[in-house]
Amino acid sequence: MKQKKKSFSAVIGISVLLLFVILLENISALIPGLPQVFQPTSPLFTVLKKAAVYSLVAVSMNLLNGFTGLFSLGQAGFMLLGAYTYAILMVPADQKEQVYYLFGGCAFDSSLMDVLGKLFGTSGAGGAVSMILSCLIALILAGCVAGVFAYLIGIPVLRLKSDYLAIATLGFAEILRAIFQWQKLGKVTNGANMIKGFPTFSSFNITNSSGQIVLRLSTFVPFLIVSLCIVLIVLLINSSYGRAFKSVRDDEVAAEAMGINLFRHKMLSFVISSFFAGVGGALFAMYVANAQAKAFTSVMTYEILLIVVIGGIGSVSGSVLATFLYVACSEWWLRFLDSEQYIGGFKVPLLRNGFRMVIFSIVIMVIVLFFSQGIMGSNEINIGALLNRFKKKERKQ
Amino acid sequence: MEYVISVLLSGISVGGQYALIAIGYTLVYGILRLINFAHGDVFMVAGLMGIYFTATLPISVSLPLVIILTVLLGFTIERAAYKPLREAPRMSVMISAIGVSYLLQNTATYVTGGQPMTYPDIPFLSSTVNVAGTHTKWVVIITPFLVLVLVFALTQLINHTKVGMAMRAVSKDFETSMLMGIRIDRVISATFVIGSALAAIGSILFFTNYPAITPTAGAMPGLKAFVAAVFGGIGSIPGAVIGAFLIGICETIIKGLPSSWDVSVFSDAFTFALLIIILVFKPQGLFGEAATDKV
Repeated sequence: MKQKKKSFSAVIGISVLLLFVILLENISALIPGLPQVFQPTSPLFTVLKKAAVYSLVAVSMNLLNGFTGLFSLGQAGFMLLGAYTYAILMVPADQKEQVYYLFGGCAFDSSLMDVLGKLFGTSGAGGAVSMILSCLIALILAGCVAGVFAYLIGIPVLRLKSDYLAIATLGFAEILRAIFQWQKLGKVTNGANMIKGFPTFSSFNITNSSGQIVLRLSTFVPFLIVSLCIVLIVLLINSSYGRAFKSVRDDEVAAEAMGINLFRHKMLSFVISSFFAGVGGALFAMYVANAQAKAFTSVMTYEILLIVVIGGIGSVSGSVLATFLYVACSEWWLRFLDSEQYIGGFKVPLLRNGFRMVIFSIVIMVIVLFFSQGIMGSNEINIGALLNRFKKKERKQ
Repeated sequence: MEYVISVLLSGISVGGQYALIAIGYTLVYGILRLINFAHGDVFMVAGLMGIYFTATLPISVSLPLVIILTVLLGFTIERAAYKPLREAPRMSVMISAIGVSYLLQNTATYVTGGQPMTYPDIPFLSSTVNVAGTHTKWVVIITPFLVLVLVFALTQLINHTKVGMAMRAVSKDFETSMLMGIRIDRVISATFVIGSALAAIGSILFFTNYPAITPTAGAMPGLKAFVAAVFGGIGSIPGAVIGAFLIGICETIIKGLPSSWDVSVFSDAFTFALLIIILVFKPQGLFGEAATDKV
């Protein structure tokens, strides 16, 4: 009974959040004359989109590092697989010539969207259906490709212990990056050049016949997909599999003695985490509107790892919270540190390009050294408990 | 033939430079069981210091200064970022190392403005020499010999001095050696000092033969040196040196293969493929001791 009530309130909470995002996105069209922050070009929406994408990857990494205790640094590699799968499947046929001009066209002559377009039509409602459906299929396939690779990589790698596992997965990510930059595969991966022209988040904005945007959904879409994925991960963590993962993390030997198949559970966690990292990679490609192997370096993995640490290893809501804080700070709130500032007539010293990241990494070091629990530790945000506390306070008054 | 010789020569020299970094990894891993992700970036910072000091000071002052300050940097990193976490789980120390690496890279970006910097010409090292019909820099010839001398000195230090004995004891069993009255913190600091000094020498040799330094220039050589250390058996100095030479030579051969094959993108990937193969088939490396797990 209690469980049912809890999941019901979670569904309500997520729906309210999603409705709020739609409202936020379209409020500038409804009420004219709002401050710049609410305009569609404001950094607010860039932050929201990027943070939504990153939070999925962070949660997927937390599933592996925080809940199963496998210290893997391959996240960028799986994101790369997802991004490329999505991009290769989704570049429309009429764009291929232009995107792959260095290699004289693409190895495949039609895309998922064209195939579905033939079924449902390419304009109006049929076009929308074919685009949404093909995007969904491509996202799932992106995850599947990453998952299958994770399975293949996992067979040799998951036998390794903590830091060897980290360096081996990091190595695999680097190998993947090299393969995707190989000119010989240019007809598929476009070599070291970027693939673009596929549908992005802004393709989901609903336009009228003259091309004007009626309803903005470009922030809502990543939020919807990401919250769906995170809900799935949370359900997994709360299931018997999740409990098995945690027991593997806490004590491998004891877990094995209790009858948990270590390798199978490690593999399961690795594959599922990579699946969602792949979906996250595909969403990342949609966010930046291109897919390029150069972007998915080990620095990206480190960044996500640091987000997970800031949020608290072993806390899903902590990871999400930390991602939004991290992205908002790095993309928006701390931007002022990168340019010269004057307070009155006084020129603040040291401020110049790159200072933001220095401050940022010092803050991260402070968190790592002195607040190793992160924001949430291994706790979760519990809306019910928060509400109860408020109620108690009210009663006292 | 001349082409083959020049490829081999530069392979040996790159290998020697990796060896100097790899020793830093293998010593630290042997004692702390920590992959010091920041070591590659210490190497990069040493390179940058070389550029800034030689711009104002004479070479004879600036090069020793680079080595001294790099040692100081390595020492400070250990004291500030790793020592407070000595009781923490191994994962947190590794995360701290990644954080330090992030900090060093970002600081380097801030200081240089993100521009690639060219390393100054160091007299003698940068001048060219003719070996068996190919022109190379003196640094290419000197590196392997210098590496051998340094490695010899280091093995003497480890096998025949008190500090060396303490290092061997600590890497064997951390807690017992603490009970035996070994001052762990001093030994660990000594390890970082040696590692950083060798990385500084390595950076002088490496960047003399390298077009430019960017803030991320240390990451790749660092990882490769780590692979070399794993390949040779982590904790073993001769193993790390042999692994580094092997990786350096293979990498230059791959880079030197005919350009129509277009395999030079795999020069980095090869290193990692080697790592995975060795981890799967012989996890203790060439000369490492097999670890046993106690329950």
